[in-house]
Amino acid sequence: MDFDLTDEQRLLRDSVDRLLADHYGFAQRRDYLAKPEGWSTALWSRYAEQGLLGLPFPEEYGGFGGGAIEIMLVMEAFGRVLALEPYLATVVLSGTALRLAGTEAQKSAILPRVADGSMTLAFAHGERQARYDLTDVFTTVKPTARGWVLDGAKSVVAHGDGADRLIVSARIAGERDDPAGIGLFLVDTKANGVARRSYPMRDGTRAAEISLNGVEIAHDDALGEPGNAMPVIERVVEAGIAASSAEAIGAMEAMHAMTLEYLKTRQQFGKPIGQNQVLQHRAAEMLIAVEQGRSMAMLAAMTVDEPDPAERVHNIAMAKVGVGQASRFVAQNAIQLHGGIGMTEEYAVGHYFRRVMVIEHMFGDPAHHLSRLADQVQ
Amino acid sequence: MDLRFTSEELAFREELRGFIQDHLPNDIRERMRLGYAPRKEDTVCWQRILNQRGWAAFNWPKEYGGPGWTPVQRMIFLEENQLAPAPEVSSFNITMIGPVLIQFGTEEQKHRFLPRAANIDDWWCQGFSEPGAGSDLAALKTAAKRDGDHYVVNGQKIWTSTAHHADWCFCLVRSDPTTKKRQEGISFLLIDMKTPGITVRPIVSIDGSHHLNEVFFDDVKVPVEMLVGEENRGWDVAKYLLGHERTGIARLGKSKERVKFAKEAAHEVRANGKPLIDDPAFRLRVAQLETDIKALEITQFRVVSAYAKKEAGKPDPLSSALKIKGTELLQATTELAMDVGGPLAMPDWAQELEALSNEPELGPAWASEATKSYLFLRAASIYGGTNEIQKNILTKAVLGL
Repeated sequence: MDFDLTDEQRLLRDSVDRLLADHYGFAQRRDYLAKPEGWSTALWSRYAEQGLLGLPFPEEYGGFGGGAIEIMLVMEAFGRVLALEPYLATVVLSGTALRLAGTEAQKSAILPRVADGSMTLAFAHGERQARYDLTDVFTTVKPTARGWVLDGAKSVVAHGDGADRLIVSARIAGERDDPAGIGLFLVDTKANGVARRSYPMRDGTRAAEISLNGVEIAHDDALGEPGNAMPVIERVVEAGIAASSAEAIGAMEAMHAMTLEYLKTRQQFGKPIGQNQVLQHRAAEMLIAVEQGRSMAMLAAMTVDEPDPAERVHNIAMAKVGVGQASRFVAQNAIQLHGGIGMTEEYAVGHYFRRVMVIEHMFGDPAHHLSRLADQVQ
Repeated sequence: MDLRFTSEELAFREELRGFIQDHLPNDIRERMRLGYAPRKEDTVCWQRILNQRGWAAFNWPKEYGGPGWTPVQRMIFLEENQLAPAPEVSSFNITMIGPVLIQFGTEEQKHRFLPRAANIDDWWCQGFSEPGAGSDLAALKTAAKRDGDHYVVNGQKIWTSTAHHADWCFCLVRSDPTTKKRQEGISFLLIDMKTPGITVRPIVSIDGSHHLNEVFFDDVKVPVEMLVGEENRGWDVAKYLLGHERTGIARLGKSKERVKFAKEAAHEVRANGKPLIDDPAFRLRVAQLETDIKALEITQFRVVSAYAKKEAGKPDPLSSALKIKGTELLQATTELAMDVGGPLAMPDWAQELEALSNEPELGPAWASEATKSYLFLRAASIYGGTNEIQKNILTKAVLGL
């Protein structure tokens, strides 16, 4: 049992914090949001230079062989500044799929380009009717003489608007909700038949609805064994939960700090409002929620690579519930304690609020995972 | 970062588990499992068995009769003992007066009291709270006036748990009423409960039990060698006592054990035509509790592992969070057990059971006991510094408000 960071991990965290401190002021972030891609391509290159984009990949693919703890540290730092770049979509989700299921050739072709910042990816799995059910896949794939042809639609694909490649799930056999018969496929977004409608999420991050009409891809664009992708999809989602939980903790920390600062400076009735015990206790409860949430995000990071599936799945679901509930409590009270100013677009707290709200509804909300845990009660 | 216990720690846990399995008397285990509060004789019996093995004073160093365990080992011990379920060792003896005497006691005091505290030959109680001094402890008024080779103590303590069992009381008294700061002029005395002038009056709590007392001191003579630390510096001793490693405070093993029991009981109870364990609302409630327990368990790991790194350091402010969340969970888990009992948890048939021991059972004893603990544990968020006081501590110590 050890909760200390290694020296290398500490260095990593400090260097990311330094970089973001220089480039992620609230006004700078507003500029990135206003760009056509909705994030900073210049910073993306800096991430590449600092080794962040190859962080979890093996060295032979231009990576640094980092693990879930390193990802946790980076995501927490991103959460603290509300970073907009497609790190979760590219490095965490798609990177995990490639790491787990990619052939040598696929990994050599893609991972080094991700690591050097020249290629972004998105994980196109969710469909409009699926809600949080991972097995609910209607998109179909059929073998052809030259490879495969894909038909269907993917919904709310995070950073799917600008990604160079997609990792698309599609059904090769079986009925709706059948865990067997699903495959993963690499799709170039410039391929014929790929259409994208892009939009901002409520927190300003980018996403897209993607339709696939007779999209032809090559034989070796199948990622892993077609028909048997569910275990990989589950691992990708678990990696996403662990990483986004850490991001939420960073955002919660920032909201709590902002709220404390406000309680200390905002004067009413001739004294700082933080002298009111009811507000002090709320702030203390927020602190407890941040720390309990942090414990859960650590639990997720420390078990996401655990080989025993029973323990891993259980812990990740608990973490998703714990972080989600904590973040909702912290975010709602952060606005409440700020009062009117917290409601305004020009003030940061509402942006953090919306980020943790979006994270809460990614990969299954707390109610979804609580229900899964309830199924396991015996 | 690594969540796993070391192989030594795992072996240690197995050793504890095996020992408790082999040595905990069955009748005590069964009573604990059904949710009865341990009787005095249960606590004494089990603490002596543990002490024989050298484990009762689980947080004392070896030279004073403890096992010299690491903070992680202590945490594992508390959890295994609670999971068994076995009676917990007397906190007054082991986590309060023991560490205080080790830190502040004279050689004579250590020699006289520590072995007897470990073996619970002396049953200790804590004389801190007074009618006018609860969470605001420094408001205490019980007076100790120096008269030659002894103090004369006059005043009243209240909420004194198990004073009616106690052989000794460690007491905060006001030895100098003239100081400007209320925290000054307080002394820490050890008082023999058999001394003339002491009257113990029961306070029956809402669960129907006699656990709490009022203790009156009327010209009680206490020899000066029963002073711990310096005269008028008792506040330092009290602060040490209250701040001394509070990682056991979350009592997570107890909450886990109660959820486990409630689930077992829910297999036997029917609701809406099927076993309660299959009721979706019940399952969600259990899943939520188990999730909350998991979060607090990791937080406790963080506190313990930080504590292990700075042995003599200040208590972690997060220990206030452990107290708040731990007691909330303890309350929620006993509430769960009561709700599993449903209508059969409402009768109070303890006396009936005793009087008519040859009659068939009135209903499941566990259901009635679950309600009793539910009622008793309303105190959990009050004792040891109310949860609101804990939030005040967090406000000051961490938030700087």
